[in-house]
Amino acid sequence: MTEHVATNETILVVGGGISGMTAALEAAETGKSVVLVEKNPALGGRTSQMYRYFPKLCHPVCGLEINQRRLKNNPRVRVLTLAEVSGIEGTVGDYTATIKVRPRYVNENCTACGECGNAVETLVDDPFNYNLGQHKAAYLPNAMAYPQRYVLDPSIIGTPDAERAKAACKYGAIDLDMKEETIQVKAGAVVWATGWKPYDAAKIQPYGYGRFKNVITSVEFERLADIHGPTGGKILRPSDGKEAKNIAFIQCAGSRDENHLRHCSRICCMASLKQTHYVREKYPEDGKSTIYYIDIRAIDRFEDFYHKVQADPSVTFIKSKVARISEDENGNPVCWGVNTEGYKRYTTPHDLVVLAVGMEPSVKGMDIPGHIVADSSGFIEADPANGAIFGAGCAANALDVNRAVQSATAAALRAIQVVNKVAKSEA
Amino acid sequence: MADMKVAAYICKGCGLGERLDTDALVKIAQKDGKVPLVKSHDFLCNADGVAMIKSDIANEGVTHIMIGACSRRAKTEAFNFPENAVARANLREGVIWIRPDTDEARETTQEMAEDYIRMGCAEVKAMTAPEGNPNTGTSKTLLVVGGGITGMTTAIEASKTGYQVVLVEKTGELGGWAGKLHKRVPVHEPFKSPMDTGVAGLVSQILGDSNIKVYLNATIAKTEGAPGRFVVDIATESGATHTEDIGAIVQATGFTLYDMNKLPQLGAGKSPNVVDQAGLEALAKAAAAGDGVIRRPSDGAPVNSVVFVQCAGQRDASGEHLSYCSGFCCNASIKQAMYFKDANPAVDTTIIYTDLRTPGNGEDFYRSAQEKGVVFTKGKVSEVVPSGNTSTVKFHDLILDDASAAVADVDLVVLATGQVANSGVNIEALSKPQVEGEEGEANGESAVEVKPISILNLTYRQGPDVPQLTKGFTDSHFICFPYETRRTGIYTAGPVRRPMDIAQAREDATGAAMKAIQALENAGLGRAAHPRSGDLSFPKVRLEGCTQCKRCTVECPFGAIDEDEKRFPVFNESRCRRCGTCMGACPVRVISFENYSVNTVGAQIKAVDIPDEFSEKPRILILACENDAYPALDMAGMNRNEYSAFVRIIPIRCLGSVNTIWVTDALNAGYDGVMMMGCKHGDEYQCHFVKGSELGRVRMSKIDDTLKTLNLESERVRDLEVAITDIERVPEMINKYAEELAAVGPSPFKGF
Repeated sequence: MTEHVATNETILVVGGGISGMTAALEAAETGKSVVLVEKNPALGGRTSQMYRYFPKLCHPVCGLEINQRRLKNNPRVRVLTLAEVSGIEGTVGDYTATIKVRPRYVNENCTACGECGNAVETLVDDPFNYNLGQHKAAYLPNAMAYPQRYVLDPSIIGTPDAERAKAACKYGAIDLDMKEETIQVKAGAVVWATGWKPYDAAKIQPYGYGRFKNVITSVEFERLADIHGPTGGKILRPSDGKEAKNIAFIQCAGSRDENHLRHCSRICCMASLKQTHYVREKYPEDGKSTIYYIDIRAIDRFEDFYHKVQADPSVTFIKSKVARISEDENGNPVCWGVNTEGYKRYTTPHDLVVLAVGMEPSVKGMDIPGHIVADSSGFIEADPANGAIFGAGCAANALDVNRAVQSATAAALRAIQVVNKVAKSEA
Repeated sequence: MADMKVAAYICKGCGLGERLDTDALVKIAQKDGKVPLVKSHDFLCNADGVAMIKSDIANEGVTHIMIGACSRRAKTEAFNFPENAVARANLREGVIWIRPDTDEARETTQEMAEDYIRMGCAEVKAMTAPEGNPNTGTSKTLLVVGGGITGMTTAIEASKTGYQVVLVEKTGELGGWAGKLHKRVPVHEPFKSPMDTGVAGLVSQILGDSNIKVYLNATIAKTEGAPGRFVVDIATESGATHTEDIGAIVQATGFTLYDMNKLPQLGAGKSPNVVDQAGLEALAKAAAAGDGVIRRPSDGAPVNSVVFVQCAGQRDASGEHLSYCSGFCCNASIKQAMYFKDANPAVDTTIIYTDLRTPGNGEDFYRSAQEKGVVFTKGKVSEVVPSGNTSTVKFHDLILDDASAAVADVDLVVLATGQVANSGVNIEALSKPQVEGEEGEANGESAVEVKPISILNLTYRQGPDVPQLTKGFTDSHFICFPYETRRTGIYTAGPVRRPMDIAQAREDATGAAMKAIQALENAGLGRAAHPRSGDLSFPKVRLEGCTQCKRCTVECPFGAIDEDEKRFPVFNESRCRRCGTCMGACPVRVISFENYSVNTVGAQIKAVDIPDEFSEKPRILILACENDAYPALDMAGMNRNEYSAFVRIIPIRCLGSVNTIWVTDALNAGYDGVMMMGCKHGDEYQCHFVKGSELGRVRMSKIDDTLKTLNLESERVRDLEVAITDIERVPEMINKYAEELAAVGPSPFKGF
């Protein structure tokens, strides 16, 4: 984590989720210099917001801990947080990236002691929990946050709360005069690993997301199950805090649909199968899951996981694209549709509906600085026209974690190929 | 080596100064820790504090540093002294944050801090800064086994990175399975039609690349050595053997289609007009070479109707066939249906499936097939009945719930059978011919053909091939780390690792090339591979004390240790992943690492002050996995979840590294209990050293004998599974155990 001067033998990795961290670490552990740029105040990305992984049901933060330790031990990776790449100029082996770094208002003196958080009164929405809860305006982004350093929410700058935070810090770590900076970083190659975002469920009008409180998305459901989440790991429904025991999972919410996302997002079937396990874990006696699906895509050995869930009497599968959702007088969301296996109509109330929302690239190909060839969904294609800007992970395809890491590892090699050539020509 | 000079630094920041008597801690470090240079600082991790430490290193000759401040997971940038041995006493997350700030708690909290200072001083004195494995190799050549699309891609990508490659292919030509295809599934917009396989281009690229040496009709006769210094014998058809020095290996031996002859109910073997996907590719290639019309094998008549049977011999819960989904076959059948439709839209093409699986942009390809008139029918095929030149396909139509649906007069039936990995010898089946009590599982596995012929012929003590994960595939068990191999420096890629299509195989090949290059570079520098990447410590063994018991060679999860003719262990340091399982296994304790040894932990255990039995201050030793349990304990501290002041926690690399002497020493010294916290084991194990936590537990299950000898209750040792998210559960477990021990009463060994 020492500072080093970026040259055209440096690899710039954009995005500090699991794909970006992987690309950065694989390159650094092969002796290359890396600048890793993350827009959030901490690394980890979307996987760090997951409660468990399929199919092992292990915890994503376990791998995050390993990756963070790799990072702590590796002086070749320079990490920039709260930073976004706004421009990339140049050609293969000789790029200059323009990076905007937003102020954290907390410097490296921070010990993460938490005194500023105690002093501040303002609460702001907590994006780590998909705004399902709030946290103090002086906060550690999450329990695993790396860098382990507090952040002040910009909304309190200039208010007495900011002064309170400053006064509470004995270590001179709070710097209210920090300003947005724009820096330029040289790089021989770029790995673009900005990951994915959940499809905006409000666009799927008949499902009532945003209108009905008890219709939530699959990523929000992850936070409900997580001990670090807004409910402390209890599955409670948003409208009334009631235990949600009868839960519907709606597949292809936005995916495989020419009105929304053309592609299949690959992960959502497995994610819902996994989430039925959360229901069973929290409510072993009377938890009940219903999966409404078109095809269950439990590819390769994930099939075993599907078999196990199928054998679970608390889980029902209904082959149907849910037509619409309404709300009954008790605040229960009601699914309407036709079970295509035998063409039976249903009108079924649930405590909670979880939309298995699709994956779209966080930054679509056309919005990536430089001229990037992307598919119609905005995922980066492997194309020589992209020069030495290589897509990795979910910026390149709808992938599960394992395949995203595979993709990031491959992208690291492609970047190394470029900087090795630069090194050779300069030698 | 320079003389050891130890210094201890105690931080007063983050409330440590207010909550603890830091002057007393300084005295403890001087008196009990016997550290000559002890300083306290108001804010040790700031620039001034770090400068003070650096100045002592430069001016006072300090070699060993004990930092009494926050957790070893915090402030790692500030406390980074790579040339020195460093120990951290966790006074913040491990003491003041898990104790209430009350007058009653003050005394026990202070005692806790004092013990951690004693432990830190004892630990650092038992350590040396690791210098790196001197037994390195220098070969930078990559061996790629398999000349299919995965192997060719690996070779080309490695060459492009500047490395020499030796490519070994068992047949007489490059190309593998992809070479037999007419076309492949598209990978670019608009994802509407099959595209050229690109195999010919890859072959000519390889043949024209001076970095790549190709052996055809060749197999691996022997592989010995370690990353950076493998010596590989390559046997060729002529009988000649060539020896190559190799740095790292990528095994890309691909797959074999599941044998359709095992599916007679689907017409296989009963008519030439029932083929598998390979058979259809051959027909399509023949057609492309002729008039473009795919013909019926039985009589050469043009095919006017074709039915594709998905999941043939796959996704089979009965255990008779493959239980898994091969992932590529839905797209492959769509592609093959297009061979017909693109040539002649009048041909009837029907795909019978249960779940159509076309992830990502496969969805566009699927839509394109629908537009081209391919019929998709959700159903389960029960029987294919050939008669003359046609067949009848009987199936259960799942939409109409019609169990006796059928398509008659079908010219050609294509069975989409799955991928079976060409993974060589199942070394675990060799060592464990029968798994007790797992008959069902064993039956399920037996459906997978396991090729009895070794591919790599490793001379490793633990067997000739890489271990298989499940169903014959050599995949990594770890979601976050798909290349976390169990044979360091040897990576598998492509369908031998996991069922996959060409696009994924090419990506996988590139990733595996990355890891192989990284492995040989780090092996050359004497550094460990993942997950302790960059670790310079390595196992040292005092052979004169060894009793040739072979436990270390048997238990090493990575096959790093061989045996010589006298059955002494031979450590191959570059294969070692530094988990310490060998150290935990060794009954005579002759194995150690420079910065992690029986002594570094043992000295900490002994350093703890044990109050007498009348004090009502029990002592509980916790040995916690550093990757999961220890961070969970840290986060419990960050959350201010309180736990007993009587515990003393030591992070360990892995439960597998726990030597039973630590437990017996602790019990003999008067500790009242020992808790071990490691990762989940079993089928869904979460231990990143594969078997470490399991082996640790097996060893501890035998601790009962020791307890009996000592005349101690079995409650004195507790083995717990802890996940990194157990931030509330762990304090509860600790407190519950402390209560249980109170009921058992104090250890009779106190004061001896």
